[in-house]
Amino acid sequence: MSAQALMTLKLRIWRQKDAQSAGRMEEHELSGISEHMSFLEMLDFLNEKLTREGKIPFNFESDCREGICGSCSLVINGIAHGPGKAKATCQLHMRSFKNGDTICIEPWRAAAFPVIKDLAVDRSAFDRIISAGGYVSVNVGSAPEGNSIPVPKNVADYAFSSATCIGCGACVAACKNASAMLFVSAKVSQFSVLPQGQAERKSRVQNMVAQMEREQFGACTNEAECSAVCPKEIPFENIVRLNREFIRSNFSPSEFE
Amino acid sequence: MLNLDSKCPTGDIETRWTRHKFNMKLVNPANRRKHSIIIVGTGLAGASAAASLAELGYHVKSFCYHGSPRRAHSIAAQGGINAAKNYKNDGDSIHRLFYDTVKGGDFRSRESNVHRLAEVSVNIIDQCVAQGVPFAREYGGLLDNRSFGGTQVSRTFYARGQTGQQLLLGAYSSMMRQVGLGQIDLFTRREMMDLVVIDGQARGIITRNVVTGEIERHSADAVLLATGGCSNVYYLSTNAINCNVSAAYRCFKRGAGFANPAFMQIHPTCIPVSGDYQSKLTLMSESLRNDGRVWVPKQPNDRRLATQIPEAERDYFLERRYPSFGNLVPRDVASRNAKMVCDEGRGVGPTKEAVCLDFADAIKRMGQEKIAEKYGNLFEMYQRITGENPYEVPMRIFPAPHYTMGGLWVDYNLMTTIPGLFAIGEANFSDHGANRLGASALMQGLADGYFVVPYTLANYIASTSIKPVSPQVGEFSDCASDVQKRIDKLFAVKGPKPTTDFHRRLGRMMWNDVGMSRTKDGTQKVIGSIGKLRQEFWSELRVPGDAHNANTSLEHAARVADFLEFAEIVALDANARDESCGGHFREEFQTPENEARRDDEKFSHVAVFEYQGENKPVIRNQEELKFEYVKPSQRSYK
Ligand SMILES: Cc1cc2nc3c(=O)[nH]c(=O)nc-3n(C[C@H](O)[C@H](O)[C@H](O)COP(=O)(O)OP(=O)(O)OC[C@H]3O[C@@H](n4cnc5c(N)ncnc54)[C@H](O)[C@@H]3O)c2cc1C
Ligand code: FES
Repeated sequence: MSAQALMTLKLRIWRQKDAQSAGRMEEHELSGISEHMSFLEMLDFLNEKLTREGKIPFNFESDCREGICGSCSLVINGIAHGPGKAKATCQLHMRSFKNGDTICIEPWRAAAFPVIKDLAVDRSAFDRIISAGGYVSVNVGSAPEGNSIPVPKNVADYAFSSATCIGCGACVAACKNASAMLFVSAKVSQFSVLPQGQAERKSRVQNMVAQMEREQFGACTNEAECSAVCPKEIPFENIVRLNREFIRSNFSPSEFE
Repeated sequence: MLNLDSKCPTGDIETRWTRHKFNMKLVNPANRRKHSIIIVGTGLAGASAAASLAELGYHVKSFCYHGSPRRAHSIAAQGGINAAKNYKNDGDSIHRLFYDTVKGGDFRSRESNVHRLAEVSVNIIDQCVAQGVPFAREYGGLLDNRSFGGTQVSRTFYARGQTGQQLLLGAYSSMMRQVGLGQIDLFTRREMMDLVVIDGQARGIITRNVVTGEIERHSADAVLLATGGCSNVYYLSTNAINCNVSAAYRCFKRGAGFANPAFMQIHPTCIPVSGDYQSKLTLMSESLRNDGRVWVPKQPNDRRLATQIPEAERDYFLERRYPSFGNLVPRDVASRNAKMVCDEGRGVGPTKEAVCLDFADAIKRMGQEKIAEKYGNLFEMYQRITGENPYEVPMRIFPAPHYTMGGLWVDYNLMTTIPGLFAIGEANFSDHGANRLGASALMQGLADGYFVVPYTLANYIASTSIKPVSPQVGEFSDCASDVQKRIDKLFAVKGPKPTTDFHRRLGRMMWNDVGMSRTKDGTQKVIGSIGKLRQEFWSELRVPGDAHNANTSLEHAARVADFLEFAEIVALDANARDESCGGHFREEFQTPENEARRDDEKFSHVAVFEYQGENKPVIRNQEELKFEYVKPSQRSYK
């Protein structure tokens, strides 16, 4: 690649030693960046450089680097997962930036997601919400023959498009109230339309919503910022479905109609 | 010398597992909660085992280095999961899945294990459907299937291109339910650093809390390792960047045999390498070969764009060489052929290290919409990474390291050579021989976790005397102090180079000499180079920061330290196996048509490596393989 094609960027990155310490933005100039690098490869490149210079690299999370594990979690220039639609941070490439740009990189910010170090946050609140009800209670060994539970194709497709949530938490990071409604609505929607989810339909939504409230997530005020940044484009209508499921369960909280 | 008794039942293969289940001892339901089980790993294998064992009433302690169990690398599996349901009425059966898998593995797996896998495959689908996994469906509401490489039936169940995600979320939700019920203690952000063996039994692990840096001790009656595969020994692979060999390698150093390290799967359809900064390679699911046609120009050094090369000047080399399987030959065959045509100078793209995967015909036949429905997310992923639109120009693909058929040696009960240490999922070596068929890893991980280990572990507990043990005893202290010393040693080097430097160079060595094609000479030489690189690592490495809080540089350095030792064993095995089979292709051993030539007389065995101590050579043991039902023949996909 020709030297001209390489970019120089000014990076402003959040530095925070641990949950207890205060954090601050730190500035670094970085040159030699190819447009073909992914955003995280650019950060790897910076970290390698810092290491060679005897400095401390930045801590950030990533694993699959193909948009499915939900580990990566950066707010880039104020947008969760950065510019562009339907992608996680790891799927962002440097061709979205130009030479001389200043890029501001911060962690998810929400009371329910405390910072672990620098750009990494603790999202175990999501696991506790699933643990409260995001499942079908079926022990191994007791399942009936697969094709004895037919599911119309459009229902299966709808369930899939909700089930595709990667649990990254961008919805929370993008919401000014730090609400987890989109995350909860995705799981509730998946099971509320499937025959397998009917037996626990009411207790599930009750328990998941109760846990969500215990975890200090905020309330939804219909901003729809969550859907806008969702890497899997989980639609905002899922929240409408969640509200409906919740109301329905309040009318007769037992699983009997 | 390791004891390599496979404990496989004998007699009629169709009833072996049933009879074995009946003969195994059970643990009374009231007694189960007195037994604690450590499970390391929360991928398909670990999560399914944790859920099943907790449902049975055992006290499970589950560990992963991820922030959430759901982020395990299984989440990234795309294409699908096999099961012998014969829903398509196309002649599938348990026996055929068994046959295909033994043959696909190039006759280097155990018949008993593979047959059991084929048997329980059907239960897996039932279990996952009941959990609410949204598999693809036909218009009538029943489950849909597609075909995958190495078979002539459609037995692959899938959830668009995100099957692993959906299966893992199913297992994860079952597991989280048990966490909520208090049956599982969940330890996330813990890296297993060592195995504690007391009186010859696996009794616990030492972990590092990767947030606080604390070294912790955990004891149990048995330890299950479900820590996944180690293709990252090649640095660039389709695996998630944190996948590593350390947990398995630590067990190896404590006495567990490591089987067939040279059996690495190089997947034919990945997005080619684009530059030095690259941190991983992206897989394009094998399912694409159902409709995509693989070709290169007939003439070497053809500089035209793919779309400008007329039909008559294209070589659809897989269809030409393998008329009956065509583009759906097994992975090892497809990868090797792609390499061959590129070596002839017929590769495409800027690096010439790629072949075309072309959908033009399929789009003509079925329409763009149908193709988008089947592969939409894969096409999008491709376009995002390469900036090219695969609906308009052929994809460019090239093989990349993907899966490790080798792993900790286990017997039929999935127990390693250390009593009480079990290995499941990609971490063991059991079922795929020298080459894994597509959509069979998900099947194996879930088979092990849902349907095999719950029985065999119970048998171990019921038939073994396991004394109570406190994590304060000497063995735990010694092991914890070994771990601390290793960490201190990494910081103490204080050299100038980051870990990635070494990992990248190791990867390149492995790819060149222990990759898709190997020679006696090359594998011999690379052992020396790895040794030198290891020395350099221990004198020039820099690990920044300290061990008392989150430090991903430290985690990476510790893993690469293990890779630098493990790589040598991979090369040793590749050097010792003087034959070609499956993914292990030794240039000296090929047929006149350039197909792999096995040597059943000398190598119809599992190679099992044994650790003897620092600075002592490892020993290569053998478990002989017997074939009673599928007669070894030269695999033909013509
Ligand atoms: C891109 C891709 C696509 C694939 N597609 C398919 C497909 O379509 N069909 C198919 O059958 N197979 C597919 N495979 C293969 C399959 O996904 C894997 O073989 C399988 O998921 C492995 O599951 P596992 O449970 O053994 O390990 P993993 O899912 O890798 O889980 C490993 C677990 O161990 C934990 N762990 C590891 N080391 C430690 C340690 N030291 N301390 C603590 N925890 C540790 C991790 O945190 C993680 O939880 C694919 C693989 C890749 C890479
Ligand atoms: S690293 Fe897995 S989603 Fe980004």
